[in-house]
Amino acid sequence: MAVLDILTAPDPRLKAVSAPVERFDDALRAFIDDLEATRRAGPAAVGIAAPQVGRLQRIVIVDVSGMRRPVPNHGHLVLVNPEITHWEGFELGREGCLSVPDYTGNVIRAERIRLTAQDPFGEPLAFEMEGFEARAVQHEVDHLDGLLFLDRLVSRRTDLFRRKNYR
Amino acid sequence: MMNDWLMLTLIGADRPGIVARVTDTLYRAGWTLGEASMMRLGGNFAIMMMVRGGEADDLEALLEPVADALGLRLHVDAIAGGLHRHMIPNYQVRVSGADRAGIVAQVTGALAEAGFNILDLESDVAGDEANPVYVMTIQGDSDQPLEVLRKALETAGGGDVEVSISPIDTLIG
Repeated sequence: MAVLDILTAPDPRLKAVSAPVERFDDALRAFIDDLEATRRAGPAAVGIAAPQVGRLQRIVIVDVSGMRRPVPNHGHLVLVNPEITHWEGFELGREGCLSVPDYTGNVIRAERIRLTAQDPFGEPLAFEMEGFEARAVQHEVDHLDGLLFLDRLVSRRTDLFRRKNYR
Repeated sequence: MMNDWLMLTLIGADRPGIVARVTDTLYRAGWTLGEASMMRLGGNFAIMMMVRGGEADDLEALLEPVADALGLRLHVDAIAGGLHRHMIPNYQVRVSGADRAGIVAQVTGALAEAGFNILDLESDVAGDEANPVYVMTIQGDSDQPLEVLRKALETAGGGDVEVSISPIDTLIG
C-alpha cells in the first residue's frame, strides 16, 4: 500500500467530472487500498474520493465509525459508482477538506439520503443514512462531480443549529 | 518591515460602493489583502481587514482621501500575527431572549470562567422597539466536556434568557 499525493485547490483536476468504474479487478482493489492508506495518513479525514489523488474515477471511501462523539453509521464504506437517489431535509454543518488545507466553512446538506453503489467486486449496495454519515457521503460524491465544499459555502452569519434542539 | 500585516478599520454610514472604492485604492497602490470581516451594524458599515504593503503612515495617507469622500472613519494598527492561524471551533452557543442589560456579560463571563475561547460572536436585536429580542451566536473552542460547559451556562441566562450549547463536529473529507 502506498500513501498517494493529495491534490489541493485550485488544481483543475478537482473540477473534473469522474468516469464510472467498469472493471472490478485487482488493480481497482489495489488502488482502493492506497486510497484508504492516504485517507488514514491525513488529518482525521472521515472520507476521501479518488479524484482527490488525481484518479478521475467514481470511487469514494467513507468511515464515520470512529467519531469521538458516536454518530449513526454503517462502518467502513467503500462506494464504487455511488449514486444518491433520494434527499430529505436539510441541515447546516461545518466542513473542511483534505484538498482545501486550513479552511473550514458552513455547508447545507440533506439530512437523510438513500444511495446505491457497488462494492470493490462489483456487487450492488444500497444504504439509507442520516446526519454526519449522510453529510460525508454527499461531500465525497460532490468530488466525483467536480465540486468542492467551497462551491456550497454559506455565510458564517447563518445560524448553524437553528432548526435543532439539542437539549 | 514591508511584510508586516496592518489591521485596517473603517466605519461609516452604509452606502453602496464602500468596499469597491477602498479595495480598488489599495489594489492600485500595490497593497495586499489578508483576512477580512465586514458587516452592516446599526446602519453603519464596518470593515476590519488585514492589509500588507507598507507602513501604517503610508496606509493612512493613501486612504484618507477615500475615507473622507465616503464619510468613513479610518484606523490603522500594526498587528502581530499573520495568515494560516485558523482555529476550528468545537462548540456553538446560542442565546436568545427578551433584551435586557447584562446578557452578554453574564454568558461570556460564564464561558471565560470555564476556559472557553470565543472565536466568533454575532449578535443582533430582533423584534421591534417595544419588544426587542436579543439573539447571539458564539462559536468557540474549549477542552472541557459538553456537560461541564452546559453546567457552567446553567444559570448564565438569569432565568429569562435561553442559553444552549452544542458540539460542532467538523467534517473533513
